[in-house]
Amino acid sequence: MSILLKNGSLKGEKNVDILIEKDLIVKVAPGNSIKDDKAEVFDLTGLIVLPGLVDLHTHLREPGREDAETVATGSAAAARGGFTAVHAMANTLPVADTAGVVEQVWNLGRKVGLVDVYPVGAVTVGLKGENLAELSAMAESTARVRIFSDDGFCVSDSILMRRALEYVKAFDGVIAQHAQDPRLTQNAQMNESELSGKLGLTGWPAVAEEAIVARDVLLTEHVKSKLHICHASTAGTVEILRWAKEKKVNVTAEVTPHHLFLSEVHCQSYDAKFKVNPPLRTDKDIQELRKALAQGVIDVVATDHAPHPTEDKEGEWSSSSFGMTGLETALSVVATAMVETKLMSWSDVARVMSEKPAEIGQLSDHGRPIAENELANLCIVDPKASWKVDAHDTHSLSSNNPFHDMTLKSKVVHTIFRGKFTMKSGQVQK
Amino acid sequence: MKKHLVSAHDLTAEDAVLVLDTAKELAQVSDRPVKKLPTLRGRTVVNLFFEDSTRTRISFEAASKRLSADVINFSAKGSSVSKGESLKDTAQTLQSMGADAVVIRHGSSGAPYLLATKNWIDAIVINAGDGTHEHPTQALLDAYTIRKHLKNNEGDLKGLKIAIVGDILHSRVARSNAILLKTLGATPIMVAPPTLLPVGIDSWNGEYSYDLDEVLPKVDAVMMLRVQQERMNAAYFPTTREYSRNFGLNAQRLKTMQKHALVLHPGPMNRGMEITAEVADSTNSVVIEQVANGVSVRMAVLYLLLGGTNNESGENN
Repeated sequence: MSILLKNGSLKGEKNVDILIEKDLIVKVAPGNSIKDDKAEVFDLTGLIVLPGLVDLHTHLREPGREDAETVATGSAAAARGGFTAVHAMANTLPVADTAGVVEQVWNLGRKVGLVDVYPVGAVTVGLKGENLAELSAMAESTARVRIFSDDGFCVSDSILMRRALEYVKAFDGVIAQHAQDPRLTQNAQMNESELSGKLGLTGWPAVAEEAIVARDVLLTEHVKSKLHICHASTAGTVEILRWAKEKKVNVTAEVTPHHLFLSEVHCQSYDAKFKVNPPLRTDKDIQELRKALAQGVIDVVATDHAPHPTEDKEGEWSSSSFGMTGLETALSVVATAMVETKLMSWSDVARVMSEKPAEIGQLSDHGRPIAENELANLCIVDPKASWKVDAHDTHSLSSNNPFHDMTLKSKVVHTIFRGKFTMKSGQVQK
Repeated sequence: MKKHLVSAHDLTAEDAVLVLDTAKELAQVSDRPVKKLPTLRGRTVVNLFFEDSTRTRISFEAASKRLSADVINFSAKGSSVSKGESLKDTAQTLQSMGADAVVIRHGSSGAPYLLATKNWIDAIVINAGDGTHEHPTQALLDAYTIRKHLKNNEGDLKGLKIAIVGDILHSRVARSNAILLKTLGATPIMVAPPTLLPVGIDSWNGEYSYDLDEVLPKVDAVMMLRVQQERMNAAYFPTTREYSRNFGLNAQRLKTMQKHALVLHPGPMNRGMEITAEVADSTNSVVIEQVANGVSVRMAVLYLLLGGTNNESGENN
């Protein structure tokens, strides 16, 4: 049966009707102009139609930590958040550092079928930062890995980082760096600042991120490769990225919803749901990150969705885990931080949450124009919605969402993945 | 007063003076042949120590016993780190046992704050030192000691200058003292090599300096902090000898201080490192007296929070 989406606002710009047959968009025409008696009709008046969202940075935890998340539960959370593709980070148990593991994750994603799950391969064996993993084998596997990352750990050894950047040129890969100088951040707990001194929590200085970003930008320029910076969190990183882009270095960067929205003051509660790596920074950093995202200095928003079971998040700060969930709230946080504030349009949201991430991940099925003969991957948003987040109302297995009890603007209403509703009127279609 | 004592920030100037005045009265108990008051009879105080600290624990134990409270010592060293019982489970266990007060020492900054704010227990929470955060009763006993000698054991500490010397970065004693001294009207001066001062020290309550010799002549008291063994080989300073030369308190330096100036140390001392034996045993030194005052001040805190007439219970932080 075909689907007719009537009178939705295409990226907030013009009202259109969209006719979907099987997995394809077969017709896009001005609002309320298409008649099709056989189609299931949805009135999207007042709603925004975006291309399905693409996340470059998701922790699905399977294999290994199925108590925190599985490919199935993470996919459901993604569908609820408007995503049609996610990139599963490599820090599973075992680590996704071989063709075997990435194919397993790829296949699990296909089996669940709520989003496309693209595995990220580890850069080094076991994320240990010692020896390169078999990057080429992962690239050539059925999972067709293009993004490699030791996320959670920084590839801090300069020569190893250089070699990785060089090696992936053979198959047009990109190294996604978790920029954190390990020596400057030993036992680090929160942003290093006046506040960390007062709270007695070991500081994670901005320079520990910026020094690695600067080094890797220079290395990338030197070996003419491609670099992606994970979860940029500081004003200084923005400055370096701006410089690198002016010099035409092939570097892209992501920012998380939480770094666009939450500052270090939340750490005063010693509530570990605000513990994340890189840490929440200052209001000044937030303002610079928002500006950089609007200007394209930071290319994309990525969630760094990092589920953890309750017992790993309710104890003392220093023994609790780093990370926050974010798939289900990402679009709303971006809308609240960027659209409500008039820093970005809905078309910009489509760029930073779908088109650009798909381009970085080299995905041919996602981030495409909403036009005839394109795959029907769509995210439909109610821009007037205002809702209070309940961390326990989630499809994720974990509830460590830092936006709990906060009020956000805009909400994803429907998600269409390859021509089928994966979420319809707020209900995930499992 | 607030219900819990987690941070020196929990005390207003009036609260702090009330604690010191109460401690003064209770100190007389310690001078009697029978060192006991019936005030807290039937109340249960739990010493919940996740970190070894014999000195602080026995000080609280003596304080509780002199007020006739029942004392339970709960040593849970390392349990959270080793994935044993969680803080929450421990707290709920104590709740079930009917603890009226929990004196907590924990290696993780903020653990007492969680205990006081998470609704796991009804007991009052007294912070006996958490990570590199705070140690408010130490600050109270230091203030008591200073007041006794320099302010005739009355009122606040207005006008006094106090140097705090050593590992400010990692010291909970320094943090609580900086706050409380300011609250009581004194001016704390942090003295350390730049590596041992936290980022943002400029905005702390008070002044700071890298030069001990420049500071000593103008202060009324100096608190020497212990240099922890684990800092000694972590590039905070080149050698222990160089540290000692620049930041150790020796007899020569003591001579540059004012006659009335006091020397304090929270103990245990590294004699020869941050303080020489000569200074530790000099007439300016009140280190031994600090220990006795610790018991009186902790009695006052327990008395005021658990049974005192000025306790507006229910008011939470």
